[in-house]
Amino acid sequence: MKKLNFADKFFPVSTIVLLIGVFWYLLAVPMNSEKVSRQFKDLPASEHILKCWSLKKPKLPTPHQIFSEIVNTTFYKKISSKRSLVYHGWITLQATLAGFFLGTLLGILLALGIVHNKAMNLSVMPWVIASQTIPILAIAPMIIVVMNSVGVTGLLPKAIISMYLSFFPVVVGMVKGLRSPDQIQLDQMKTWSASSNQILWHLRFPSSLPFLFASLKVGVAASLVGAIVGELPSGAIAGLGARMLAGTYYGQTIMIWSALFSAAFLAAFLVFTIDFLQKIILKKMAIVR
Amino acid sequence: MISVSNVNLTFETNDGPVNALRDVSLEVNEGDFVSFIGPSGCGKTTLLRVIAALETPTEGKVTVNNMIPDDARKAREYGYVFQAAGLYPWRTVSGNIKLPLEIMGYSASEKEDRTRKVIDLVELNGFEKKFPWQLSGGMQQRASIARALAFDANILLMDEPFGALDEIVRDRLNGELLNLWGRTGKTICFVTHSIPEAVFLSTKIVVMSPRPGRITDIIESPLPNNRDLDIRDSQEFIKIAQRVREGLKAGQTEDVF
Repeated sequence: MKKLNFADKFFPVSTIVLLIGVFWYLLAVPMNSEKVSRQFKDLPASEHILKCWSLKKPKLPTPHQIFSEIVNTTFYKKISSKRSLVYHGWITLQATLAGFFLGTLLGILLALGIVHNKAMNLSVMPWVIASQTIPILAIAPMIIVVMNSVGVTGLLPKAIISMYLSFFPVVVGMVKGLRSPDQIQLDQMKTWSASSNQILWHLRFPSSLPFLFASLKVGVAASLVGAIVGELPSGAIAGLGARMLAGTYYGQTIMIWSALFSAAFLAAFLVFTIDFLQKIILKKMAIVR
Repeated sequence: MISVSNVNLTFETNDGPVNALRDVSLEVNEGDFVSFIGPSGCGKTTLLRVIAALETPTEGKVTVNNMIPDDARKAREYGYVFQAAGLYPWRTVSGNIKLPLEIMGYSASEKEDRTRKVIDLVELNGFEKKFPWQLSGGMQQRASIARALAFDANILLMDEPFGALDEIVRDRLNGELLNLWGRTGKTICFVTHSIPEAVFLSTKIVVMSPRPGRITDIIESPLPNNRDLDIRDSQEFIKIAQRVREGLKAGQTEDVF
């Protein structure tokens, strides 16, 4: 199949975006209609609809309201201001990256243990899977409270929650990746009487890279979710999660949605960054052409 | 050089035990070119893997250069060429050839020297910096042979190295392999399922049969060591090929149960 370039993708993607936009504006009318009727009596239909799209605290804000809020709080506020999305985004991004780093490290270490140690191979995976069946919303407050009680606050507890979510795809992907060399390649290493460290370094690790990058993309998005969830129960006053929480307290739906969209953009940016690194590194290593 | 006596090997499978080798005995002398030929399931690859210490026999005794196979493996007494070239896609041709040398801890200058030498030997000059996917199947297999030769073990074990290649390329590589054998004086054990290939290459042909895997005939070839492809039309060649074919046929009809 031909590789798709930007122009090939532009039309289908923008069509879907347009359809969602149209659906969104249509939906905003019945969602906000009741509130408009309460505030303004006897408007003509066309003005009624326009009001539905421009309420200050709508049930469902429209895309242009959300984007003007994002633009406003991103570019027209000082980045040190508590009302700046850049400020909140940066707080969340720090916890995300720290958690992502820790999670990736933990994931790779566990995978190495599982592949090289028979006892770990038989015992660790069920626990890894069990860890992911516990809802993060249940465990996040406990981590925050426990760490708070020993005096650890701020970035680290959030990073731990991010790690908890992001190590999982890395373990699963890396175990598969480290085991991806075929029997001939392993036999060949044996005929050279290579040590298991040499097999790891020369064969298993390079073979696992495509798997690792696929996992990292899932992991970084999970990290961001973890960081945001970590901000919710702690009564944090900074971060995208805190922004969403504040929005719900004060009924500021536009604020919630703009934080939500910022988080989505941030996640997309992180995933694309890893995708970009993957393309460069794998191409350089001639694993893909 | 290589001595196999009364070797039995039974694999335990879900369908019960499989007798992969029964009562196999064989002597390979220094400088021999020995081919193992037989239908699939006759244990020819298994026998090669036993010599390489990739399988352990259930019974019997094997020595390689007067060592038990596992010690010979650790002492890097043999190079092994697999059915698939198995080159590392992220390494160039010379990078692939250097891999065993890196693992064995050769110095940088020695790695260069040896790589250059074996690239000459398999005639891959000019392709050192190419990646495996830029090479044809035949060239990949030549690089794989160069890699097995790089650390200069005096035994070369080859498991159907040309099985996946077309006949024209295979003929050429057979000629080159004979040439290489003549120049280096290595001892070569070669697994194949092609009668002309076995007769053309070998000084000794080991004919094997399946269920259970066993040797039915060992033929000492009267052909001169120095031969070219035309020898395949000679009377002697045809006579040996006939004897191989008879051996294979006998193995099929013989009642072993």
